[in-house]
Amino acid sequence: MIVSILFYLFAGLAIIGSLFILLTEKIVYAAFSLLLILLSIAAIFVLAGSEFLAVTQIMVYAGGILILLIFGVLMTTKLQDGEILVPKSNKFWSLLLGGGFFILLFFMISQVNFALLSWMQGSEKAVGEGRIKKLGTLLMSDYVLVFELAGVILLVALVAAALLAGERIKEGIKS
Amino acid sequence: MIGLDHFLILGAALFSLGLAIVIARRNAVMVLMGIELMLNASNINLVAFGYHDPNLMQGQLFALFVIVIAAAEAAIGLAIVMKVYRYYYSADLQELSKEQKIV
Repeated sequence: MIVSILFYLFAGLAIIGSLFILLTEKIVYAAFSLLLILLSIAAIFVLAGSEFLAVTQIMVYAGGILILLIFGVLMTTKLQDGEILVPKSNKFWSLLLGGGFFILLFFMISQVNFALLSWMQGSEKAVGEGRIKKLGTLLMSDYVLVFELAGVILLVALVAAALLAGERIKEGIKS
Repeated sequence: MIGLDHFLILGAALFSLGLAIVIARRNAVMVLMGIELMLNASNINLVAFGYHDPNLMQGQLFALFVIVIAAAEAAIGLAIVMKVYRYYYSADLQELSKEQKIV
């Protein structure tokens, strides 16, 4: 019971936050609203039985990506009368495509009766301690190649980001 | 316990809102925020399915790698936005596509 109340609370927070991002003109408020959404999604991960992923979500998204986005906002917007405003456009197409896609997905999901699927029966029992340990074991045994590749991708992406965003220093000219 | 379809509908709602943000906003950083929201919505789906897979935990592992790719994507995307801003002094996608014809 309390679990469902918490789920609906955090789901409502996430949806209200996304609506705020969609509707607001103030981009810094939108960035902080994104923080609210990411934290609610972390809470929903906990309710879905994946605590490690929730902690990763808070560390990577709320601590890293959001700070990067706020830096990007502050470095790439011009002040207009003392406020950072961003106008909207394409309201019709966004409403049509977003709403249409949601209605399509909603009908597709409500068509399926998930309780009848064979792999759903009696599979919810394995919540508890051993999960994070099992995740670590799997990450280091079955999925070790993907794990290493993810590390290499992060390294390459960060080097590329520094190269792209940094100033090039011409040869012979000291800055 | 919360049913699987609740998670799926929440994921669908957040994904559609992210799609609407990507289409509606003109600022490039706002478009990146919409993309992050869409990636998070797909993560909710993966975790909700992975909850019913206690032995292999493929959902959680997949979501973990999605987070890694999202971090890389945010870094590269913001670097490109900053480079564009330095050359054209604007991060407004519509302005860029109308006047400078680069987007």
